[in-house]
Amino acid sequence: MSTFRTALLNAALTVEEQRPWPRITVDADTWRQATLAIAAGNATLASLWAEPGAVHMTVLDDEDSALLVLTLATSDGSFPSVGLTHSPAQRLERGIVDLYGLTPDGMPDDRHWLDHGRWGVHAPLGAAAEAPKDGETYAFLKAEGPPLHQIAVGPVHAGIIEPGHFRFSANGEIVVRLEERLGYVHKGIEGLLVNTTLEAAAKVVARVSGDSTVAYSFAFARAAEAALGVGVPQRAIWLRALMAELERLANHLGDIGAICNDAAFALMLAHCSMLREDVLRAAKVTFGHRLMLDRIVPGGVAVDLHDAAPIKALTAHIRQRFPRLVELYDNTTSLQNRTVSTGRLSPELARRFGAGGPIGRASGRTFDARKAPGYPPYGDLDFKVVMREAGDVDARIWVRIDEVYESLELIEQIVDRLPAGPIAYPLAPALRKRRVPQAGGLANEPRDDTTEGLAMIEGFRGDVLVWLRTDEDGRVLRGAVRDPSVFQWPLLEAVIEGNIVADFPLCNKSFNCSYSGHDL
Amino acid sequence: MRRMLLEGLFRRPVTEKAPTVADAEIDALASRLGAVSRARLGRSLSIREVDAGSCNGCELEIHALNNSYYDVERFGLRFVASPRHADVLMVTGPVTANMREGLERTYAATPAPKWVVAVGDCAAGCGVFGKTYAVIGSVSDVIPVDLVIAGCPPEPIDILKGLIGLMEANAKA
Repeated sequence: MSTFRTALLNAALTVEEQRPWPRITVDADTWRQATLAIAAGNATLASLWAEPGAVHMTVLDDEDSALLVLTLATSDGSFPSVGLTHSPAQRLERGIVDLYGLTPDGMPDDRHWLDHGRWGVHAPLGAAAEAPKDGETYAFLKAEGPPLHQIAVGPVHAGIIEPGHFRFSANGEIVVRLEERLGYVHKGIEGLLVNTTLEAAAKVVARVSGDSTVAYSFAFARAAEAALGVGVPQRAIWLRALMAELERLANHLGDIGAICNDAAFALMLAHCSMLREDVLRAAKVTFGHRLMLDRIVPGGVAVDLHDAAPIKALTAHIRQRFPRLVELYDNTTSLQNRTVSTGRLSPELARRFGAGGPIGRASGRTFDARKAPGYPPYGDLDFKVVMREAGDVDARIWVRIDEVYESLELIEQIVDRLPAGPIAYPLAPALRKRRVPQAGGLANEPRDDTTEGLAMIEGFRGDVLVWLRTDEDGRVLRGAVRDPSVFQWPLLEAVIEGNIVADFPLCNKSFNCSYSGHDL
Repeated sequence: MRRMLLEGLFRRPVTEKAPTVADAEIDALASRLGAVSRARLGRSLSIREVDAGSCNGCELEIHALNNSYYDVERFGLRFVASPRHADVLMVTGPVTANMREGLERTYAATPAPKWVVAVGDCAAGCGVFGKTYAVIGSVSDVIPVDLVIAGCPPEPIDILKGLIGLMEANAKA
């Protein structure tokens, strides 16, 4: 445990009922000191979210990858800005302003982020005051001077992609500044997680970002199980990892092909897309759904694996086809010419933003939630965390290539060693047991029966975070999710600077951030 | 690379591999779609995809139409970059308040005759998201919809089937 976390725990006003990592309430001074320590690099900001009357900040201890949630009551509707000293928090904070109407004191950027002036309401999850809905203009940051021109792209893009706006300021072909404007697919997910059933909440969280649906359902299930204190059968734990690795495999294969396609090398896309389709078809045959949507549920999994043959055939097929594609990538100089040294992300920025997934690991940040903080069954499985230092498009491709092999390795181990037994424990009996009053408690003593759970799962894009507060009947009182894209989108702005406009699709695809997961 | 290209010349195309149920379906679709689209649209239909608020699950499956197993271009179905070039708008997601104008303007920019296909349960009826401050409604609440392809997300084969349905409906009209 780092001295920083020890100091925070000592400064706690109260320790709340949250599992497996504690949530502590702090005063404004401790909150401020925590933000300064994060800005100084003593820990990593993992998420920042709000509810009416409080803000929560998840801190990742870099020494042992344990999490700690700090809560600050916002009695006067304001809190000391985290973004003031730690820029990765800025967009999260702007989102909190838009959704809850809280004021971060000293926040350097007061432009609306998710609120485009179209909702007909301000602070919909807070005071919810009526507002005009005819849209508002957005003041893009300025880049001025005689040779500069602007290129506006989106929200409707030229391909089959999600909507978002990119504003380039370019000097000839060189990008001087890129500014993103996101929030177009904001669907009010935090609002949908207020006072709802576990089933309904599970369905919403599974659809935060469709490409990471397994990771989100996995995280939701673990958060719910932690909050409710219920167990999961061994077989379900292993099947969850099998689905998670199939999802990673499908997405990495798709991404490797798509990045090369954006360098006009369509052959890689054609071959990688076929391999991706093979993974999805194997998922369909095995688990009944190509993307394995809603297959992981609190208490276990919804479908059993009856026949491992399609999965075994899949890994054998990919092991036969994929090495030749890697060789093709490695030996095509015209392609390397586009990817090597393009869109370089410095290790320092990756660390500061807590960049997860292949983006962080291509820039020397070895964080992988499967290893640390870790969750079962990965402790029983043998795999390496892949890492590169260069931080360019090429490094991000290589990390994905190496992770394809690691996922194949994991899938084979899981299929070979899959434990027998039930695939889910019913939740109802476990919840009934919880409702029996503790011995020694007075019958009329007021009881606080809310419990909370926090879970971090390594999706293909990076670490996905789900937090839930439940009551004794297992209803979801409140929930929050954080997509890895939140900290990756701002880095895309940083890496494109000084590159040519034509390399933007390449950089963008090598990041492959989620719009839906960011906008929520 | 030379080896892969050579191999591609001599190997049977993946698009026509030994028929399983799914492949037989694709072949049946191929012949039906070929005839109808030729009659009405001179063998081509240009599609512009618009995400009006989806979780990106539908996008993944629409993307899959382009892989060699489905090879949607052999039917004369092509995804285009601009609504100005499109005959069909394929819209996904519940329409968010923030995307409403984008969708309306894309529709306005598409020359007539045009068809709108709402892809997925969200586009059809808001899915799990429902109407909230942030979600205006289904696609048909904003622009006229000619065809709905249900599913969460619909599989590529379902999307292909849906496109046939659209063609046949128009051929009868």
